[in-house]
Amino acid sequence: MARLVVLGGGVAGHTAATFAAKWLGSAHEVVVVTPNAKWNWIPSNIWVGVGQMTKEEVTFDLAGVYAKAGITYKQAKAVSLNPEGDTSSDKPFVTIEYTGQDKVGESENVEYDYILNATGPKLNFDATPGLGDGKGQMGDHTVSVCTADHAVHAAHKLQEAIEKMKKGERQKFLIGTGHGMCTCQGAAFEYIFNIEHELRKAGVRDMADMKWISNESFLGDFGMGGLHLKVGGYVVSSKLFAESLFAERDVEWLIGAHTSKVEAGKVEYELLDGSKGEEEFDFAMLIPPFAGVGIKAYDKAGEDITDTVFAPNGFMKVDANYGAGAYENWKASDWPRTYQNPTYSNMFAAGIAFAPPHIISKPMSSPNGTPINPTPPRTGMPSGIIGKAVAHSICDLIKKGDSAHLHEASMAEMGAACVASAGKGIFTGTAAAMTVYPVVPDFEKYPGTGRDTDYTFGEIGLAGHWIKHILHHLFIYKAKLQPGWTLIPE
Amino acid sequence: MRKEEINFQKSDNFNRTMIPGTFARKMRTCVIWQFIRFVAINIKMIVVVGKSH
Repeated sequence: MARLVVLGGGVAGHTAATFAAKWLGSAHEVVVVTPNAKWNWIPSNIWVGVGQMTKEEVTFDLAGVYAKAGITYKQAKAVSLNPEGDTSSDKPFVTIEYTGQDKVGESENVEYDYILNATGPKLNFDATPGLGDGKGQMGDHTVSVCTADHAVHAAHKLQEAIEKMKKGERQKFLIGTGHGMCTCQGAAFEYIFNIEHELRKAGVRDMADMKWISNESFLGDFGMGGLHLKVGGYVVSSKLFAESLFAERDVEWLIGAHTSKVEAGKVEYELLDGSKGEEEFDFAMLIPPFAGVGIKAYDKAGEDITDTVFAPNGFMKVDANYGAGAYENWKASDWPRTYQNPTYSNMFAAGIAFAPPHIISKPMSSPNGTPINPTPPRTGMPSGIIGKAVAHSICDLIKKGDSAHLHEASMAEMGAACVASAGKGIFTGTAAAMTVYPVVPDFEKYPGTGRDTDYTFGEIGLAGHWIKHILHHLFIYKAKLQPGWTLIPE
Repeated sequence: MRKEEINFQKSDNFNRTMIPGTFARKMRTCVIWQFIRFVAINIKMIVVVGKSH
């Protein structure tokens, strides 16, 4: 019997573990190690963050689902990896520390034959002074929608702001990124327009000043270097698409901004031109930068080999080209295909946990040397597809042996669908529905825009909004492993 | 002044982009047109999903 250990129970980890359990059956064991007791459909946290959904509507307990799937579930966080075993055994193992199941704080070594690192990110609030509390958690000055609990807190703060406006007190909303190296601009983009919608609904939009602050060098970059869309017979940049939406909704923007410090009611920032400034706020939602979760790695003798297994940002090294060098040399082929660790062939990474070869957007920095550019998004659909491909590879390795063909899922050959809603009502909300193909532009295959403009498109309307509703129910249904779940694509 | 033109004067950033007019805004919430777009977007998304697996 072989054992696959999956670290993380998010989109990538949950997808990989559930498919692996189905394909391997009871002849082999799948273990999921995740510090969370609940699965969270993160895209709908936006609706929780404006009070239009409850936490219970976007989460469910993992224990029952894993019991049904025959998966061994350990509510714990991974602390370290010993891919060569230790002095007493050659068997590789991962050291975990329990966060639940009545074993909080207890450690355990879990041996494995194959391991998939799908931990997702550490929300690195402390990278920006004042954004975090100095202990790794979110600070008191801003809100977040990165977790369901954060989103519940954000909804309370938003309601307080609305009440103040109803009493005649003008409020300033500042939404965007809390550091020069953030990703997930799409979530902040969706949140600011949901807030705008809610303020209109509450009849207080005229009492609100709204501003977007972002590390993107232009609006509509989204960490993908922007995209080009076919609109009205033209092929246009997402810059125009995004700017139009902001202007229509009366939302000002500040881009190319590294948020350098957060205080009560004020942020300090540095721009790409090197200038520095301050922006005041009454309500701020600033996405933190992401980092690896900080797993250490040791060889058989107990020597620290973390630098061999992980990149400096804490994400796991995979089969990417990390030596591409300058922007001019970047190619679509730099991006990983199998997500196998180059040093230990029984180790894989998926979703946010794998180290990308470089960013997708053009690298930028201020004259002071401060890097200000989005890092690559690898959430949602790409995470699910990568998780499934890696699960497929590991199952084949277990069943067919080391010569089995590894499955591939390069982000340079993969599309993504993004739906950013504004509002929740079936007939009152709208959404910007976008697809991009491929996620990582391939200028050799698609000279000009780097992407296939037949399948890279975006439009605003009710249709996208309906799709957002359907996706919410469909993916929670799938994650709960309800009948027919394997038929629903990632 | 038409409603869609008001925001152009609010900032230089707004003044240098495009803002949808009445017809474009109406079509975004026209149920019949949006149903057609719903079908079209779904087909495109299914193709993208298919090409990605």
